[in-house]
Amino acid sequence: MATIFGINLFALSGQLLVGLINGSFYALLSLGLAIIFGLLKIINFAQGAMYMLGAFFAWMALNYMGINYWWALILVPLAVGLLAILMERFLVRPIANEDHLYSLLLTFGIALVLQGLFTHIYGSSGLPYQIPAELKGGTKLPFMYLPNYRAWIIVSSLVVCFSTWWVIEKTKLGAYLRAGTENPQLMQGFGINVPLITTLTFGFGVALAAFAGVLAAPVYSVSPEMGSNILIVVFAIVVIGGMGSIGGAILTGLMMGVVEGLTKFFYPEASTTVIFLFMVIVLLVKPAGLFGKEA
Amino acid sequence: MKAMKKTLLAAAMSVVAATGVQAAGVSNDVVKIGVLADMGGVYADICGQGCVTAVEMAVEDFGGTVLGKPIEIVSADDQNKPDVGSAKVRQWIEDENVDVVTGLVASSVTGAVTKVLTDAKKIALISASASNAFTTKACSPYNAHWTYNVAALANGTVKQMVNSGKKKWFFITADYAFGHALEGIATKVIESSGGEVVGAVRAPLGTTDFSSYVLQAQASGADVVGLANAGADFVNSLKTSAEFGLTETADVAGLLVFTPNAQALDPAIAAGMKATTGFYWDMDDQTREWSARFKARHGAIPAMPHAGAYSMTMHYLNAIKAAGSDDSDAVMKQMKASKPDDFFARNAYLRNDGRMVHDMLLVSIKDAASRKSADDIYKIESVIPGDEAFNPMLPECDFK
Repeated sequence: MATIFGINLFALSGQLLVGLINGSFYALLSLGLAIIFGLLKIINFAQGAMYMLGAFFAWMALNYMGINYWWALILVPLAVGLLAILMERFLVRPIANEDHLYSLLLTFGIALVLQGLFTHIYGSSGLPYQIPAELKGGTKLPFMYLPNYRAWIIVSSLVVCFSTWWVIEKTKLGAYLRAGTENPQLMQGFGINVPLITTLTFGFGVALAAFAGVLAAPVYSVSPEMGSNILIVVFAIVVIGGMGSIGGAILTGLMMGVVEGLTKFFYPEASTTVIFLFMVIVLLVKPAGLFGKEA
Repeated sequence: MKAMKKTLLAAAMSVVAATGVQAAGVSNDVVKIGVLADMGGVYADICGQGCVTAVEMAVEDFGGTVLGKPIEIVSADDQNKPDVGSAKVRQWIEDENVDVVTGLVASSVTGAVTKVLTDAKKIALISASASNAFTTKACSPYNAHWTYNVAALANGTVKQMVNSGKKKWFFITADYAFGHALEGIATKVIESSGGEVVGAVRAPLGTTDFSSYVLQAQASGADVVGLANAGADFVNSLKTSAEFGLTETADVAGLLVFTPNAQALDPAIAAGMKATTGFYWDMDDQTREWSARFKARHGAIPAMPHAGAYSMTMHYLNAIKAAGSDDSDAVMKQMKASKPDDFFARNAYLRNDGRMVHDMLLVSIKDAASRKSADDIYKIESVIPGDEAFNPMLPECDFK
């Protein structure tokens, strides 16, 4: 077997791939946060809870309404996005002109309420959700066994991430969005409904988290804690990528997945801290983040 | 002034204790039981509100009074934090005259709380903690550890599997005190039974993605991958093992499985897996009768810490009655002298080191076809006699 510096290359390739899969979740979640922060300047602490809500709604859709995984993948982000739109309209907007701290506290409170509510109703042990029949099984690669569902996670999240990036950076709609946040008065002068754009953007950013939640339901435990566990890591990723940088959030998400995967191979005990270590170094060397523009 | 009174009282009491005269009757005219548990965190289903319910049931079944005095229950959330738990217990003892603390979930919290209780000469009735430290290196004359411990888990599942020819083991271990203790004691059992441990990874508590560790386990060529973790970590690591095909090439053994976790697993993944438990609701008429009453109040079948919490509270109250006093030393002496016997405690006795020795069950998880209801999850494979299951008593912990 090929080795380099005494390390089994086959094993290493497996770890890289697994890291990339994990990075796909990070990319989806940090993209949603980056959109909401970049365009709305809201630090959405409820993003983790929305991810949890995505997974729970998928479970509820299947068990209460018989809606299968594939429909859930489309309907659940819509439903959660709709909830987010209501949340933006009635809770976030009234304090939109206050200090950032207010929206941060508000969204953090919403996250705690949701988590408490689901713990109360469904308990803390988690609920089972099966991998859809079409994606069961796996492919034997030379260096590892790749479950089909994991391959699907990479492909679907990359497609969603890069189409989002393309829409925001390369289309006319994206140009409106960016201009609307740069100078809302001027945009309104041109006859563009800025509050509507803001609300829809918030809804979309949250829908991305719900999409990640549905993707996660079959492979991770569907439990009320799942959002808070991942949220802090995702915030660190957004900071590393540069607050508000859309492309930066996606690339950093994937990259941190790989960094974490390699740490799990070489020194597992540090795997939960390595991203924060990375964050500290990036903040010291390049305070605006890897892909952020200097203020 | 209040503090002064307390000091005088404490001085008076120590004189009484020193002269060997035991205060008869019930102090403060009430027996107050504190239930300390995880009310909203990862262990809430294992011993949270359910443990409070179980203690309430014990008090009601006992009749609500002992030696003519009322029995009161107070409860609190320890949030799985040792500092929160020990501060609460200190307050209970100093301001609320709590006589005994039960529940006790995360081993780290129990470690801190038992120190406070021992200093105050109050009894700790431990139901849900796994570490065996409370009757070994941190043993105390005021500890009673009821439901199970890591030694019983290793002597159940692990020994049985090694003896059936599964010699090479790999561990995926939760990287904190409980995981290390479980891996350590399981390794001893494996080596003394002629097996070997070919590797281990320490995964931080609360890891979401176990695929990296599963790949490492796969590459090790082990016959058995032991999951020395609990709760969501256990569910996640087992799910990932199945997804990556590990369950087809090796046996995956969950070393600590509670019924709510087993219910959270897809039977297609978990069927056939062995586990060791201190209690199963569907064992016989006695367990079914109690479990039905518990489920009617709590909404779910009891996990082993719930049943343990009932059993130890009952034994404690019986001991007060027999001793004619709620003095901790007198009650503990009585608890060790008389044998607990109820739906939970089978062939049971409380050893001098505070370890409650009783029969454990080796079970396997049923497949979907043989389940009659959502609660029908285990098949009982065999009964492990208590003296084989638990660790032997250390001479320095022999509190007579």
